[in-house]
Amino acid sequence: MSPLIETKKLTHIYSEGTPFEHVAVRDVDFSAARGEFIGIIGHTGSGKSTFVQHLNGILKPTSGSVLLEGEDVNGSAAVTRRVRGRVGLVFQYPEYQLFEETVRADIAYGPKNMKLGKEEIEQRVLEAADFVGLEASLLDHSPFDLSGGQKRRAAIAGVIAMRPDVLVLDEPTAGLDPRGREEIIRNICRYHDAVGGTVLYITHSMEDIARFATRLVVFNRGQIALDGAPEEVFRHVEELERIGLTVPSVTKVFSILRSRGLEVAEGIYTVDAAVEALLRLKGGGGNA
Amino acid sequence: MLKDITLGQFFPGTTVVHRLDPRTKLILTVLYIVLLFIAVSWASYGVVFLFLVCSICLSRIRLKAILSGLKPLVILILITGLLNLFYTRGEHLLFRVWKISVYWEGVRTAVLMALRIMLLITGTLLLTYTTSPIQLTDGLEKLLNPLKKLRVPVHELSMMMSIALRFIPTLIEETDKIMNAQKARGAEFDTGNIFQKAKAMLPLLVPLFISAFRRADELATAMESRCYHGGEGRTKLKVLRMERRDWIALTVGVLLLVLVILLRRLGL
Ligand SMILES: Nc1ncnc2c1ncn2[C@@H]1O[C@H](COP(=O)(O)OP(=O)(O)O)[C@@H](O)[C@H]1O
Ligand SMILES: [Mg+2]
Repeated sequence: MSPLIETKKLTHIYSEGTPFEHVAVRDVDFSAARGEFIGIIGHTGSGKSTFVQHLNGILKPTSGSVLLEGEDVNGSAAVTRRVRGRVGLVFQYPEYQLFEETVRADIAYGPKNMKLGKEEIEQRVLEAADFVGLEASLLDHSPFDLSGGQKRRAAIAGVIAMRPDVLVLDEPTAGLDPRGREEIIRNICRYHDAVGGTVLYITHSMEDIARFATRLVVFNRGQIALDGAPEEVFRHVEELERIGLTVPSVTKVFSILRSRGLEVAEGIYTVDAAVEALLRLKGGGGNA
Repeated sequence: MLKDITLGQFFPGTTVVHRLDPRTKLILTVLYIVLLFIAVSWASYGVVFLFLVCSICLSRIRLKAILSGLKPLVILILITGLLNLFYTRGEHLLFRVWKISVYWEGVRTAVLMALRIMLLITGTLLLTYTTSPIQLTDGLEKLLNPLKKLRVPVHELSMMMSIALRFIPTLIEETDKIMNAQKARGAEFDTGNIFQKAKAMLPLLVPLFISAFRRADELATAMESRCYHGGEGRTKLKVLRMERRDWIALTVGVLLLVLVILLRRLGL
């Protein structure tokens, strides 16, 4: 499968040549195929945000390159402009970018910049609002009258409305209560199932993402430390903890059980899998 | 990027220049500016230049940082130089092209003026490079304290100044962030005619103002909940104290002033 988007030896240095010089991303080779749901995890400051801002040409690499379907994202201004519509990036705390008089107009801002027709825009706005679970009655309100969670969803809709091939979300649930978090995660999963596009979901909470992602990429100090299916990544409990990430409690429990000599599988990260493993163990032990 | 603006930036350090009392540095800077305006001859410029170079060496500020601070003002320096070059009349005509005549005196004034501006900027850069904004306003407040007798709200003014200084980087960062977020939605800030450009600023300015007001509100609440009630009876976390090095620096400054005045008197 040829990759949809990839980075080659991507390096980004902030304030190069000053006393504040800081290497935020170092030699990252990454690629994502169409339809993947990738969780990007890492400690605060590990370079996740810096990395994803290269995917649509917001930041220019210090060295290395970013390719979308084999084409260099920074090849020319025209290419970069096109890429902005194809790689949708939702920044952290996106509600701070709302500015229009109505939610409808704000969601339409991206599609309008893509110079789409009026009807097409209207249709996309409705579709995007539905994906993020905003009721149609809210569309004519001022975005500043919405609740925190609703604002966040309106801002995400503003990017979804561009119908990007790759949707990148930078900590979309930061600062929300558990219920708002759950809703956003569920809506994004629904979006992914319906559209089948590639989703990159940044978070520093493992528990959030482990249930949905088809693949996890772990960042540490500007480099990719682990990359693979969740059960693969969660085998490396010690390494994850050394990096400073908290693995899901189930994973932790099972890792301890294993170290105490119990024969359970590695890389268990959901309660269901845990229950199954325990039942199997009980059955296998013959003392049910 | 907006972040690359260096004017008013602070480079932390532990050199003598960094450790001088901000009051000393403020007084020396004022003295230095006075020196520059008294200086008329090459010799006196040499003295001022030497003083500046010594201070820069002591502060360990890199030449690159100084050059990048001077860069935004190159145009200003050039224009001043050229104006002086063409508009100064004198006795020694150098050459004459069409209606423009250039005199030897013009060249001299142009070079001296350009030098004066560069020295002026470099000197003030050195002050902001080696003094944190907080220290700077603390020092200013202390120096202006006598004005309190005249009912000038010195403390309030300096508090406003520290807050403004403190939030400039934050606002620049915020502008960068919002700009990027709107760019990700296809906004273009640098194309089109002036009206299109102005219109393109709206998605940037509205969120920026909203966030500035929100920050101001939060800050006011935070200050009030910590019982801030103005300068009356307020003590400092870091009390400013003049050390021996401060007195030495000030003495050097005064000696230089005397020297330059003498040079001027002697017509050197
Ligand atoms: N605009 C910037 N200028 C300078 N340094 C930055 C900037 N943005 C981020 N950094 C630094 O780069 C590193 C990576 O930051 P970031 O990509 O935001 O990490 P993450 O999103 O994983 O928390 C951090 O150490 C941060 O301090
Ligand atoms: Mg981040």
